[in-house]
Order: sequence, then C-alpha cells, then structure tokens
Amino acid sequence: MSDIVEKTLTALPGLFLQNQPGGGPAAAKSSFSSRLGSLVRGITALTSKHEEEKLIQQELSSLKATVSAPTTTLKMMKECMVRLIYCEMLGYDASFGYIHAIKLAQQGNLLEKRVGYLAVSLFLHESHELLLLLVNTVVKDLQSTNLVEVCMALTVVSQIFPREMIPAENSSGYKDLTGSFITILKQVVGGKLPVDFNYHSVPAPWLQIQLLRILRLLGKDDQRTSELMYDVLDESLRRAELNHNVTYAILFECVHTIYSIYPKSELLEKAAKCIGKFVLSPKINLKYLGLKALTYVIQQDPTLALQHQMTIIECLDHPDPIIKRETLELLYRITNAQNITVIVQKMLEYLHQSKEEYVIVNLVGKIADVLVLNTVDTYAPDNAWFIQTMNAVFSVGGDVMHPDIPNNFLRLLAEGFDDETEDQQLRLYAVQSYLTLLDVENVFYPQRFLQVMSWVLGEYSYLLDKETPEEVITKLYKLLMNDSISSETKTWLIAAVTKLTPQARSSNIVERLIQEFTISLDTCMRQHAFELKHLHENVELMKNLLPVDKSCEDIVVDASLSFLDGFVAEGLSQGAAPYKPHHQRQEEKLSQEKVLNFEPYGLSFSSPGFTGRQSPAGISLGSDISGNSAETGLKETNSLKLEGVKKLWGKEGYLPKKESKTGDESETPPIPQESTIMENVDQAITKKDQSQVLTQSKEEKEKQLLASSLFVGLGSDNTISLLGKADTVSHKFRKKSKVKETKSGEMTSIHNITCSSFSSLSNVAYEGDYYLNTLQDRRDKEFKKFSLNSELLDSESLAELHLVEKLSNCSLSTPSLFDDNNMEIFHPPQSTAASVAKEISLASSLLEETTEYIHSNLIEVCNNETVSVSSYKIWKDDCLLMVWSVTNKSGLELKSANLEIFPAENFKVRQGCLDGIHHFFHSDVLALWFRSSCSTLPDYLLYQCQKVMEGS
Amino acid sequence: MQFMLLFSRQGKLRLQKWYVPLSDKEKKKITRELVQTVLARKPKMCSFLEWRDLKIVYKRYASLYFCCAIEDQDNELITLEIIHRYVELLDKYFGSVCELDIIFNFEKAYFILDEFLLGGEVQETSKKNVLKAIEQADLLQEKTENMYHSKSFIGCKKAY
Repeated sequence: MSDIVEKTLTALPGLFLQNQPGGGPAAAKSSFSSRLGSLVRGITALTSKHEEEKLIQQELSSLKATVSAPTTTLKMMKECMVRLIYCEMLGYDASFGYIHAIKLAQQGNLLEKRVGYLAVSLFLHESHELLLLLVNTVVKDLQSTNLVEVCMALTVVSQIFPREMIPAENSSGYKDLTGSFITILKQVVGGKLPVDFNYHSVPAPWLQIQLLRILRLLGKDDQRTSELMYDVLDESLRRAELNHNVTYAILFECVHTIYSIYPKSELLEKAAKCIGKFVLSPKINLKYLGLKALTYVIQQDPTLALQHQMTIIECLDHPDPIIKRETLELLYRITNAQNITVIVQKMLEYLHQSKEEYVIVNLVGKIADVLVLNTVDTYAPDNAWFIQTMNAVFSVGGDVMHPDIPNNFLRLLAEGFDDETEDQQLRLYAVQSYLTLLDVENVFYPQRFLQVMSWVLGEYSYLLDKETPEEVITKLYKLLMNDSISSETKTWLIAAVTKLTPQARSSNIVERLIQEFTISLDTCMRQHAFELKHLHENVELMKNLLPVDKSCEDIVVDASLSFLDGFVAEGLSQGAAPYKPHHQRQEEKLSQEKVLNFEPYGLSFSSPGFTGRQSPAGISLGSDISGNSAETGLKETNSLKLEGVKKLWGKEGYLPKKESKTGDESETPPIPQESTIMENVDQAITKKDQSQVLTQSKEEKEKQLLASSLFVGLGSDNTISLLGKADTVSHKFRKKSKVKETKSGEMTSIHNITCSSFSSLSNVAYEGDYYLNTLQDRRDKEFKKFSLNSELLDSESLAELHLVEKLSNCSLSTPSLFDDNNMEIFHPPQSTAASVAKEISLASSLLEETTEYIHSNLIEVCNNETVSVSSYKIWKDDCLLMVWSVTNKSGLELKSANLEIFPAENFKVRQGCLDGIHHFFHSDVLALWFRSSCSTLPDYLLYQCQKVMEGS
Repeated sequence: MQFMLLFSRQGKLRLQKWYVPLSDKEKKKITRELVQTVLARKPKMCSFLEWRDLKIVYKRYASLYFCCAIEDQDNELITLEIIHRYVELLDKYFGSVCELDIIFNFEKAYFILDEFLLGGEVQETSKKNVLKAIEQADLLQEKTENMYHSKSFIGCKKAY
C-alpha cells in the first residue's frame, strides 16, 4: 500500500506541473490557464450588475459551444469546468455543463478526474437526478488500486450521495467486528492513545461516542453480542467520573447503549443511577438530558420515573419551555387511566402558550393520540371531559393537525364503546357542546373543527329533546352564509342539513337554502343544493336514503346490477345483442378499420345474415370472443386473417362449423401474449400449431386429442377447462402464483349442480335418475378412448350421489346431476337409456358446430314422460364444454323450468368466476344466465343452453 | 450536524455553514427564525432547543452566538464540545479571538471550520493538526503572494 501512495505522490507534482507555464507550448498553455483569470479580471473591471450579466451570458454561451463540441479534449474540458464553476458560483445557471462534469469525472486522468469530481460535488446535490449517472464511476473508483482515486470517490460520496444510497445501515453483517470495536474502546478508555487525542484530559471523546453508538447498533436485540460488551460498558461508566461536560456526553451515550442492548440488571442499575445524576443536576443542560434519557428508558423501567417524580413535577413548571416540553414528552409516555386528566391538562396549557406551528402539530398529535387513537380502551374518564378536551384540541390545532385525528374522533363517536347508552350520552353531549359553541358570537373556529361539528350535528341531532332539527338547521344555515368558511366545510355543512331535513317538520330554511345555493357559483355547492332540492321533493325517498343513526352500517350496493338480470335475459332471449363495454366496441371498431375486415359477419349480432334468433354456434363463440379483453378483440382480427376464412360462406350460406374454428383460433393467440408469466411458451406454440392444424380435417382430431392429453400431462390447466376460456380468465383475475396453485392440483372445483325441481306444464313432479353406473361405464370408455389421464376416471367413478369431480388439471367439473332429495328415483334399464340417448343425439345431432371436436356420447341424465335431460362433453383445444340438452318429448309447451345451481361452494373455487346463475324461460328456450366476474362466461353458457333447447 | 451559524448579539450573521442542500430562500428563512428564537432566550436557560424536527445546540461566547442544528439521535453535549473546540481553535489561531477577527478574517474562520468539520462530522479532533494545516495553507498563500509581487503580476493584482 505504501508504495502505491509513494508512487502517486511522486506522480502528483508532475501532474500539476503540466499546468504550469513551461510544461509545453507556452502560447497554448497561457491561453487556457489565463482564461479564468481574464474572466475574473473582466468581471472585476465592470461597474454594474447589468454588465456582469451580459458578460457572463456571453461567457456561458461560448462555454456551451465548447463543451458540446466533439473536438474538445478532456484537458480543455477541465479548463471549461473551472470557468463553469466560477459562473455558477456567481449565481448563474450552468446546468448544461453538469453532464460534462460527470463525464470528466468518468473519463479523465487523475487531475481531470479530480476537477470533474470537484465540479460534480459543487454542481449536484443529493436529490439531483444526474447523480445516478455518477454511481458507476464512484463504485469503480472506490475499487481502484490508486489511493488518490479512492479518496476522491470517498470524498464525493460523503459530499453528495444521499444516505440511502450508501448501504451501511444494516448492522447484521458486521457482527464479527464487535470484538474489534470492543478492544478499541477498551484501549481508548484505558488511556492507551497518544495524549494528542485527549480533550480536556478525556481520551478521545468523539471516538468513544462513535464506538458506543456502533456497539448500540450491534448489540440491539442480540444477547450474544451484547454479552461481549458488558465489561467495557461497565468500565466506561466507571471511568467517566470527571465533572466535565464531555464526560457527561460519554455517560449519556453509554446509558443509552446500556438500555438499548440486551439488558443486564447490574448494568441497568448503574445506568439508572447515572440518569439520576443527570436529572438531579443543577445544570440545566444535564437536567434536560436526564429527562431525555428517562423518556428513552421509561418503557422498560417505569419505576425510574417514580423515583424522580418530584423532579419531574418541578420540571413541569420550569421557566424554560424546552424543559417543560421534554417533561411533557416524558409524561406522554407514561399516560394511563389515572393520570390522563392531569397530563392532558398540562399539555393543553403548554399548547395554549406555544405559537410555533411545528410544536402545535406535534403536541396536538400527542394529545389526540392519548385520547382518541388508543381508543380500544380510552383513558378518558368521562364524556364531558373528553368532548371538552377534544374541543380545545380542535380549536387550537384544527387547521394544522393531521387529518387522521378528526377522522378517528368521528369514528370513535360513531362506533362507540361497549355500552350503548353511554355512547348515546357521549354523542348527545357532543351535540350539545357544539351547539353552545356555535352560539358564541364572533368566534372563529378552524375549518376542521367546523367539519367535525357539522358531521356530528347532522348525525346525532335527533338525540336532542329540547332543540328541534329546525333550530339546528338554522344554525348550520347561518354558518353556511358566513364568508369566512371554506367551500369544503360548506359541503360538510350542507350534507348535515340534508341529513336533518327529513327530520324537520317545517322546511322554510331548507327552501331558502336551496334557493340560495342552486344559483351558487361553486359547482360543487350547486350540485349539493340540487340534490337536496330533489330529495326534498320526495320525502319518503329521502327518509329511506338518509336513515337516522345508521352511519356505521354499510350501504349494500349491488354494483353488478343483478336486479336487471331478468330484464337483460329477456332482452337476450328476444334477440338483442349482448352488451359490450364501450372500450371494447371502440377497440373492435378500430381493429376493423385498421385491417381488411375478414371477420365473418356471423360474428356480429347486428349482421343482416341472421334474422331472428341468435343461436347459431358462431354467435356464441363470437360473443365469447367479445367478452375477452380488448386486446383479444384486436388479436382476433389479426389471427383471423391467417386461414380458413374463405370457407365460412358456402352456397347454402353460412357454414357454422368453420366459423367455430376461427373462433377458436382467435382465442388462442392472446394466450401466449397474456401469459408471459406462464412457463409454457412452447406450449403456446404447440397450441398455435394445433389451431392451425385444426382447420385441416377430421383426421387431425387424433392429433388434437394427443395434444390436449399432452397438455394434461404437462400439468397445464388450460387445455381442458369447462368454464369457458380458462386461460384468459385465469390471466385476467389471477397472478402467476395462483395459476400455479391451480396446477398443483389443489384446485378442485366442485360443481354441485342440482336440479331440484323441474316442472313441466302438467306440474308432474319430475322424476329423475342418475344411474351412475351406466354413466360411469360409458365415461370410462370415453375417457380411455381419449386417453385422458386417469385422474379423471378415478375421481369420476364415484358411487356417491353427488358426483363431484376433481379434475386437478382442468379445474373443471361436470354437473353433479340431480340430487335425490327432491326426486323419486327409478332405474330404467340401461338399454332404454342408451336408445333414448341415441334418439336425442340424432335429434340434436350433437350440435353441428361442435361435432368436429372430440366429444363424449350423449348421456341421458334423467328423464320422465315429458322431458329428458341429457348431457355430453366436448373437448376443445382450450376448454371443456358441458352441454346439457333438455328435450321436450310431450309436444306440449314447456312453460317453466327451474334449474338451481347452488352457488356457494360450486363456483368459489374458480376464484369467483361464477357467482350466481340466473335463468330465464321464454317460449321454448331455456335461457341460462350466469352472472360472473368473468365477462366471457355467461354469454357463452347462455347460448349453449339456448342452442340445446332449440335443438331438442 | 446539518448546519452551523455564527451571529452576533445584534442578530448579524457572521458565519454560516450548511451541510444539507437548501435553497437560498430557505436558508434565509431558517436563519431569521433561529436568530430570533435564540436571542430571545434568557442566559440561564438550557442550551438546547427543539426546532422543527431538529435540535438546536447553541452557546454564547462574549457577543457571539454559536449555533448548530443536529438531528434527533445526535448527542447534544458533544455538540456543545464541538462548538467549544472550534472556539478554542479560533482562539489559538487569532490569539484571544474576538468578533472583529471573524468579521475581518472570515475566510480564515471558514478554513479552520473546514479543517475541523467535514460534511457535518468532526474530521480532526486534534487541535494541533488543525492548526498545522492552517499554518501550511497560510505559508502557501504567502508564497504565492510573494510570487505575484516579485513578478509582473502587480497590475493583475490591482484588478482583483
């Protein structure tokens, strides 16, 4: 190390010499070195400030040109920096050069670097944005082998870098140094340092204090480390006996450390004695520090305060406000139910005396803290005192206090304590006291206080027995007409009036108020006034809307507007287009404008190609797409260009089969985009491939099947998922972790769909049946054929009546069919069932558009003379569909059908994707309406169901 | 330490050193406020003062007030000793220092302070070392001045 220093030192004169005349061509040198000189001389020769400005501006513009010129060498740059610093020092803006200063610090040789760092440290401050650019340079220089560079970097770090950029705050990484620090402290305390370091014959007090602080950080909450330092702390306490300020400084630090580290009773005792010395000292500075030390330790050792209670009481009335304040701080920390009245009294006294805003804010916060924030069991002895104290706090600190304080106070008032009658009394007292306060003439209350008052009066005036609501309104009205009141407070006031209006019998004042404020220039006030006006016209509504004493009860708002579901379903069943959000429509419109419209008209409901019912498959898929996010809409058209479009229309017109494919394709592209979090980039590719393959022919089915079963093997839940677009859904509503969870198989969604009653025209009780065995056999076969994983089989081969499927992979479930509670069960022979199924499958031809997907056979779930219900599954490349078809065998008109799906557990598992199912029956169409947070889902199921109904 | 102010009993600012970046306006406001508060305090009162979220440690030497702003976790007493050490340094350098010394040689007062404190922390606790550094600086200055005198820099110097 020393040789490096030596080398550097020997090199330095040379570096400096370069700048001296004679080190190179004299003319060039002098031109550079004297520029600053001539600038300074020029400035001093000027006679007016105006001339100076002119000169500097000229100088700055020439400098600007020089520094940004590419030909400028670093040496010239160094010279420019010096002049820039000079200009900046004179108060002119040289910010254009900051970045060049950083560059110079980055790139220059030793001397240039030094000037660069100097300029940087003078130009920038710790919150300057360019500082980030310097970080790398500094880090590099800190690691340099050249000591001078390290020093420069350290200097600049200490000068301008903010504390949080210097990561040395966490002490846990330095525990191993404890021993060294202790040794150093021992040596210092033992007087082993040269006398030079003594300060008034105390050895190196600054070093001692620093070491004690370091030990405090290291020993905090760490018994083992703390044990190491007990000895040296004890010694420090003993050695510091001299009656001099600096020894007290050390003692104070020592006591603080002893109370901060893991405690040792012996040391604590000594420290307590030491604190006593401070507190009892006649020197006021020491007394102050004694009080300060007490506030540190009081929580650990409350008895210490008792020992010094007389001193503390004396200090409370000390002429020096600082001592008083520190005493209050101490008292604040020992507040309890017994002493609160006195302590708050003292605090209020101090509060009334102090004028400084910072003190007021601080103290008001503390009083409120004692009174309100610890409301779990407030220490307040009685109502009157509590309200009066709060009144005092609000009147003094109302406009500067933290907004939490009034909020917490109001909440306390509204929520109350355990005792209801007590609460009412508190509120009544508050109302009464505020009314009295408002009666006082010519007193101005802070706005916050007025807001609190207006809320309380609006809410709890009904508790009054003497004053009528009219009187309260009159008072509020008077305030409203007061010019000194802010418009924010006025809205509080008008809200209070609104609350009181339904309780008032006569409403002259309210009408006057309405008249007054409906023409107000303040739009907010005007709006409130109009609201009041309209409510005032409908008293019943007003009473419903503003119930008395219900502030704590949450208003239940049906944000999903479920009460309109019936209306919507009716509209849909009569052929209305489903709602698309505005942004989506916009998006679709945009995307249509951007590219040629390859989108089949069938996708849009308003298309002329489709009159009447909207049932064809394409529409359901179309709506499905439309339910996706806006990006999907965009993607859709993009992907639609790819293939299979031509075949959408044939001689016969629209070919729904193809359309469904394109629909599917369009669903796939967004997946990789949205699911960057997923691990399955390759999977996405596979999917794409798959979707391309899809259009080819029926032969491809096998491949598709293979692919989907592969996905199952991969543990992806995307491949088979009943509940519509599982992928998009999951990405929309869940973060990655949850998706993973799903995959881990935790997610077992249970659809416990129970058809409890299914009544036909004849009102014959519906008799249903499961014959699970049949079902299971069939399914077994199907599944084997489809080589789906065995988990499905296991879970499905349930003997229980509730058919609960646990499909860990697809998180989907099939209906649990009919619950037996409500039905009589009969077991038809298997063959019948099969034949019926066949018939049905013929009749509905398995919904044409889905036929090219792998599907299970149609299975009759239950039947009677009039109706039969059957179901089958369709495996699509990205989801699994359950289709239920209801067939009317009687030829009679089906008037109503009841499908009840118990929502609670059924849908919860899919993170609230479905939260309810609604149904609607119209002519022979059974409309199912799922209300869910997933926009794609309801429409989709609805149309599937409609299709089934029509097909049958 | 966030800043250090020296002002006279009349409230005239004699020296200011800021270790935190603040705007000029802010600095002026703080100075005005502090000078007022400190001057209003009686002699027997505590040397410490809570001001905003800072602690002010002040001490009066003859007609001059030395005033430091420290943070909450700093040690007030040792700050008093910092002030005292600075006064000692000034005293040693000027030889029984008085307010006039600081007025007329304010740059020396700054130099000494800079040798003693760096970035608001004590840099050199040894009185001897600080004074040695100042002496060296003085020597250097003398040398340069002599150089100016001996060469034809006299004209330039006039301009300064």
